[in-house]
Amino acid sequence: MEDLLEILRDLHPDVDFENEKHLIDDGILDSMDIVSLISEISESFDVTITAKYIVPENFNSAEALYELIERLEDED
Amino acid sequence: MLFTSYSFIGFVAAVLLLYYLIPKRFQWPLLLIASYIFYFFSGPENLVFILITTAATYFTAIQIEKNLLKQKAYIKEHKAEITREEKKEYKEGQKKIRVRWVLLSLAVDLGILAVCKYTNFFISNVNGIISAVGHGKQLELLDLVLPMGISFYTFQSIGYLIDVYRETVPAEKNFFRFALFVSFFPQLVQGPISRYSDLSESLYAEHEYNSKTVSYGLERVLWGFFKKLVIADRLLPAVKLLINDAGTYDGAYVLVAIGLYAVQLYADFTGGIDITIGIAEALGITVTENFDRPYFSKSLKEYWRRWHITMGTWFRDYIFYPLSICQWMQKFSRFSRSHFGNAIGKRLPVYLSSFLVWFATGFWHGASWNFILWGLFNWAVLMISEELEPLYDRFHRRFPGYKGNLVKAFQSFRTVFIVGLLHLFDLYTVQEAFSSFGSLFTVNNINILWDGSMMKLGLTGLDYGIVLFGVVLMFAVSFMQRKEGVRDRISKLSYPVRFVIWFGLFLIVLLMGAYGVGYDSSQFIYNRF
Repeated sequence: MEDLLEILRDLHPDVDFENEKHLIDDGILDSMDIVSLISEISESFDVTITAKYIVPENFNSAEALYELIERLEDED
Repeated sequence: MLFTSYSFIGFVAAVLLLYYLIPKRFQWPLLLIASYIFYFFSGPENLVFILITTAATYFTAIQIEKNLLKQKAYIKEHKAEITREEKKEYKEGQKKIRVRWVLLSLAVDLGILAVCKYTNFFISNVNGIISAVGHGKQLELLDLVLPMGISFYTFQSIGYLIDVYRETVPAEKNFFRFALFVSFFPQLVQGPISRYSDLSESLYAEHEYNSKTVSYGLERVLWGFFKKLVIADRLLPAVKLLINDAGTYDGAYVLVAIGLYAVQLYADFTGGIDITIGIAEALGITVTENFDRPYFSKSLKEYWRRWHITMGTWFRDYIFYPLSICQWMQKFSRFSRSHFGNAIGKRLPVYLSSFLVWFATGFWHGASWNFILWGLFNWAVLMISEELEPLYDRFHRRFPGYKGNLVKAFQSFRTVFIVGLLHLFDLYTVQEAFSSFGSLFTVNNINILWDGSMMKLGLTGLDYGIVLFGVVLMFAVSFMQRKEGVRDRISKLSYPVRFVIWFGLFLIVLLMGAYGVGYDSSQFIYNRF
């Protein structure tokens, strides 16, 4: 989880990713951020996030995103 | 059958009446029949194209789902016997089969769109090359008819197909229900581009007559007619005059054209969508909103989140994301990072993907170079503002007092102005767009704004007055919507007051609408896409 938070903080140093629950709904992360994020995640975690997983529920909070990564790791 | 024709109003009235009179299980079949009758009037031959797209998408989506079920059953059955690697390999093999089905359907759907919409564009480009290399023989342009709404229903079908492939929606088993999803008449002409997951539930549901939804829906239809007939169509002669003779109308006239077109396009497109969503609402069907008060946006980026929303999200979800995170792009990302450093390397793949998306967006709007350039200039402005964002942040930290309503108003005005400048490529040919833009700086004719020239553009003082009244009303409605829907506010009023408002708006449309003897309301601008 800490690795993921680091990636996120790198993207937006001023956002409180531990508590923010509406990253997409509130427009904090835009489509450009999501692409950079997925690219970083695929290198750090060895999972492939395909377009079908890019829905607000998976990206609204660091926690949800981490759950997605764990789910994809299990599937592989 | 134009939305703004008497025959369409009669058609909708008949459909509404029947819809609530017949047994509810026949409601969606009635809509299917109505949609095909509506489409038939756009040209009987168009039915062939929509039917092929419907059948191809329906059939391939079912095959994809069958394959998915087969895959799941196989894995469940052989769970104990196969290794993790074998399972992965099997899944990869099955995925390839599904991808082939997707490609087959895309070839059919996009093939029809490409032939109908883009053949002549390619022929004229080939002709350009032929004459550039000095050969005299030119290819003849084909006499092709663009089926009404083809860009919209094709994109809607493709979205559904990819959703089935991504397992976010189940494949529709009933061919006729799927045919209704593709052809639902209120949104066939100019969108919105609905998602199956958003539209299907209320589209196929049985609807009890509800006076509130019906009156809300019809109020919105009336508001749409007001925008289209009172504002958009009234401005049409002036916009046409200005853009058809770019050589004469340069300098300050270009600013006038930008301003009038900004109002006309907004009133035309949002008015059309109001009619669409209003009719659907009266039928109890929920269609996704396509606008969120776009001219209040503080930047071009925000504007594109709030204007023609369903098109923007379509390009984002089905082209931008898959393209920018595909394996090939990831490789390119690693390559660019190792060669150009982290800062540039990280940006390149995103910029490349969005370049391609904006190219496609421009090309979707029209088969000509001015639309492609329009898309690419949008891309350029967006990328420049993306790069300047840290600078803005620093500015706002340094001057924290730089906010408030006046600043917001300035930012909105700036956005509308940038959008207007970009529209030069939508209004003019490429050459005219550049020369018109240049003339803003070289031709000094600002006095046309007050020396009476404005009265020679095909609009009288009364026309300007009516448009101004319309714009003020649209602005007031948009402003009020920030807190509470206008129709909710109206519904709280006493019945006589409500009646006065409805009847007043109806009278305004009737009296101030731009029609007269022999007048034929114009096509909606977005019909041509």
